[in-house]
Amino acid sequence: MRHKTMTLNFGPQHPATHGVLRVEVELDGETVMRARPIVGYLHTGIEKTMETKKYTQGITLTDRMDYLAPMSNNLVYVMAVEKLLGLEVPLRAQYVRVILTELTRVNSHLVWLGTHATDIGAMTMLLYCFREREKILQIYEFVSGVRMMSSYFRIGGLAKDVPQGFDTHVKEILDTFPTKIDEYEGLLTANPIWKNRTVGVGRISPEAAVNAGLSGPLLRASGVDWDIRKSNPYSSYGDFEFDVPLGSHGDTYDRYKCRVEEMRQSLEIIRQALEGLPEGPHIVEGYKLAPPPKGQVLRNMEELIHHFKFWTDGFSVPEGDTYHSIESPKGEIGCYIVSDGSPQPYRVHFRPPSFVNVSALDMLARGGMVSDLIAIIGSVDIVLGEVDR
Amino acid sequence: MGKLKDRLQKERPDDFVTLMAQRGELVATVSKDRLTDLSRYLKETPGLEFNFLSMVTASDYLGKREKRFEVVYSLFSITHHHRIMLKVAVDEDEEVPSLTGLWQSADWQEREIYDMFGIRFASHPNLARILLDDDWVGHPLRKDFPITYEPPEFSHNRDRIRPDYTSPRGGRA
Repeated sequence: MRHKTMTLNFGPQHPATHGVLRVEVELDGETVMRARPIVGYLHTGIEKTMETKKYTQGITLTDRMDYLAPMSNNLVYVMAVEKLLGLEVPLRAQYVRVILTELTRVNSHLVWLGTHATDIGAMTMLLYCFREREKILQIYEFVSGVRMMSSYFRIGGLAKDVPQGFDTHVKEILDTFPTKIDEYEGLLTANPIWKNRTVGVGRISPEAAVNAGLSGPLLRASGVDWDIRKSNPYSSYGDFEFDVPLGSHGDTYDRYKCRVEEMRQSLEIIRQALEGLPEGPHIVEGYKLAPPPKGQVLRNMEELIHHFKFWTDGFSVPEGDTYHSIESPKGEIGCYIVSDGSPQPYRVHFRPPSFVNVSALDMLARGGMVSDLIAIIGSVDIVLGEVDR
Repeated sequence: MGKLKDRLQKERPDDFVTLMAQRGELVATVSKDRLTDLSRYLKETPGLEFNFLSMVTASDYLGKREKRFEVVYSLFSITHHHRIMLKVAVDEDEEVPSLTGLWQSADWQEREIYDMFGIRFASHPNLARILLDDDWVGHPLRKDFPITYEPPEFSHNRDRIRPDYTSPRGGRA
């Protein structure tokens, strides 16, 4: 008898692909012999567009990559430009950035947990997670006026200081979220169906994970202790005490455990940052890199000129190039910028964690069952906006 | 970092065209013939262990430099938490050795560079376009690739945008 394998096209329009990922799967019965991810359906040329925008305008494009973690994208971009400028950002701005990027981490992990659990069949999780996520989106709206594409960070600090009442809103999250996370864990962690679907599924060894370029919770679930917040602290992360949860088996279940614990640690960081939030300016002094306050612009000639110069000419950045990376919810997000000394970047490249993580899909899925592929794609936690840019 | 720089300069004096500390990071320019060998040394030597290939990308310096492109690698050591950036200058008709043999993470990132710049990587297992369609013409991140504007098409302006359009049912409806 002749033995034949079957090629199955999975996606791009499939609810379990978390966007528009297409996977060409070669099946032997129900066993995956090969899984080839095909990406590019959401390519919008963000890197090319950025070459035509001024440095400040570029911030709005970064939101649109990983739309579940807009603040992390903002942060890596503004920090890369700040590195070229050699800027020291005011402490208050650094702390607010930490609070918001950690909220972003919780936000991203909540969407991941909700969708991942729904893929596997735990439908309730989606409703619970999105209920909590709404609170974070409300904070985004509170500080920036926008729920998702916040563009709140600026080169040198923040767009404006956080509004009055910010701490009460964040405290409310800090008080209610831990019980909610316990609730999720109560539903899943010891659940036999959940464990059957995730334990031992999509396993990867630490060496293979490092070689494949995996980063973030995906790498740490394999037991590799690397978190950029600890290894190369940026934006005052050195001031806070927190643990980096590690897995040991590198399977889907460990990735789940890591991310859930990361949410708790993020809340812990937010608590410390909020308690230690210093007073002071929210953006660097001087009107070269930051626009003058609107009230002054309408009264003083000097400020009016600076306002006009800032919004028409922008500011130039010294010649050179740099790479900066931070820990986004999905892993190492990096930004490589080349400046030719003009107010527009000569070249901008983003190292999207999802892009590199999803390239290892074949390694994770090979030899498993086709139904496990759904669990594995969910556990990689990809955002196709970021993969394709 | 100064120590690391001295060590690299001492052990591999011929491999670096330049090696300097820039904004708190080591930046090296390397010739493409020495790239694979040097990368293996950086990856496997105890004490260096640049075991994580963070990023590979390129830039187009059309009309600005003698060799048109520059491929940039950012290597990181998960054990020692240090980073080095390697830069390789290549011309349009030259090939760069692929690092897929050392790091699997180079695979897709090199494909992206090929897709966006048209730089070819020697001995890459599957050097095909990745983000764009296979029948796409040109490489968009090259500086001579224009940013074009495609006006949205409606029934009232179709004649102007696509004069040769005929509907599948025939006619100009």
